[in-house]
Amino acid sequence: MSVERDRKAVALAVGPALLYLLLFFLAPLALIVVYSLAVNDPRGDVELALTLENYRRALDPVYLAVLARSVGYAALTTAISLLLGYPVASAVRAMDRRRQAAMLALLIIPSWMNLLVKNYAWIVLLRREGVINTLLQAAGLIDAPLPLLFTPWAVVIGLVHTYLPFMVLPVYAALERMDWRLVEAARDLGANRWQTFRRVILPQIRGGLVVGCVLVFIPSLGAFVTPDLLGGAETLMVATVVENQVLQVRDWPFASALAIALMALVIGALLLYRRFGGEAGQERVL
Amino acid sequence: MTTGRASRVVLWLVVAFLYAPIAVLVLYSFNDSRFSAAWQGFTLRWYARLFQSPETAAALVNTLIVSIPSTLVATVLGTLLAVGLHFYRFPGRGMVELLLFLPVVLPDILMGVSLLAFYVAAHIPLGRLSIILAHISFQVSFVALVVRGRLQEFPPALLEAARDLGADQVRAFRHVVLPLLKPGILAGALIAFALSVDDFVITYFTAGAGASTLPIRIYSMVRRGVTPDINALSTLMLVFTLLLVALALRLQRAGAERKDSVVPTREP
Repeated sequence: MSVERDRKAVALAVGPALLYLLLFFLAPLALIVVYSLAVNDPRGDVELALTLENYRRALDPVYLAVLARSVGYAALTTAISLLLGYPVASAVRAMDRRRQAAMLALLIIPSWMNLLVKNYAWIVLLRREGVINTLLQAAGLIDAPLPLLFTPWAVVIGLVHTYLPFMVLPVYAALERMDWRLVEAARDLGANRWQTFRRVILPQIRGGLVVGCVLVFIPSLGAFVTPDLLGGAETLMVATVVENQVLQVRDWPFASALAIALMALVIGALLLYRRFGGEAGQERVL
Repeated sequence: MTTGRASRVVLWLVVAFLYAPIAVLVLYSFNDSRFSAAWQGFTLRWYARLFQSPETAAALVNTLIVSIPSTLVATVLGTLLAVGLHFYRFPGRGMVELLLFLPVVLPDILMGVSLLAFYVAAHIPLGRLSIILAHISFQVSFVALVVRGRLQEFPPALLEAARDLGADQVRAFRHVVLPLLKPGILAGALIAFALSVDDFVITYFTAGAGASTLPIRIYSMVRRGVTPDINALSTLMLVFTLLLVALALRLQRAGAERKDSVVPTREP
């Protein structure tokens, strides 16, 4: 039909949401890009400028350590999720159809539970007077409570607990799509388990694994609640520093630079995903 | 063959790992002991206390005042956007898709901080309105994604038929697209509502001092120390969001033969 009318329809359908996202999503992001190049005046106001000083400061050893720790925890969380997620997904795939659906639901439901609630549950378990210490003491295995909470492991366990479901789903989808006749052929031709996995399964599910890793890595990297509730001073991650700079120190330019650094890391991860997960483009990212 | 007993063991260990902490939390919401982790008997008094707490009641009211309007607006915007992207090709379509995808993948802290900066610069006062505006901006994407999933099953011939019979685009949308899409739109709305009710990080930054929602309330309670009231409130939160999601999934599945669900996991 007429191009003119189509154009109007597009404007009507896409326009409102597009305007909304431009105003309440993109403009705020652009604003912190501008702030990250500005100067913080002593009263906590932003003085517009064009300086890279905030980024230089973000690379000071103290903050570089925080950035490195964030990447490290996120990478560890991703690795653990991968090591657990693959066997989980393949065990689900080996089930019959009806049990597969039920099991997938069981694995995904926790991703819908409130983040604070999930992390708080670990406080109940891990704190000094918590369930684990109480049980261990009652069993006579330890004399004094173990310091479990506010440790790096508490943070990583919390992150794995929160984001593991995001790994299982894409890996399962990839296994489900795979051509399993190739696996039988490899076995018939005398390949052992490892060879079959390396040469036949892995190349076919690589896209799913990459998607899973990106879906776990990105939110872990930017996690705010988990390190805040389960971690301590030595487990500081970048989101907590950003929050602190904004709400306590009121240094908007520096907080913005840190936020942009985090965003750069996220975009880097997304580009890796497009590069290596690209050929498996059918993968739903959601 | 490739999936031996070991994988099944890992599967059940992972299920236990995912659920055990939640189960303990729920169990302890019924424990008749204020401080100790030892079991002292069954009680409902933490729930009773919760219902008497004015702060919790205020947080509940705030949550509804925020989540209902934001969900309504996001559902309209997201549905229109999904329909536009599905039925039309236009310049810049790829950019719109990218813009839609970003709020889903970017860590919440980035949206929270940037929106706060924006509100301060634009002199938008912090409170319930600023939270509503913030929630819409991430809800739109989720609604659009769910509705688009549903549109994949939409028979294109139907729309052509409607047009051939003389319906203009607005009419075709109202009388053909919308009725068929209704379950998908409802599912999207429920998901958006659940996300809004559950959101902590973005709300935390955009709420200001006055308006506290349920997740903010839980956070400030946890910061002040572990008490059984938190277990009770957490349990109620869990029940509420899981009911919403279960309903959304049912709607999503209704009529859709495709086994793989288009309902996204909570966050990417």
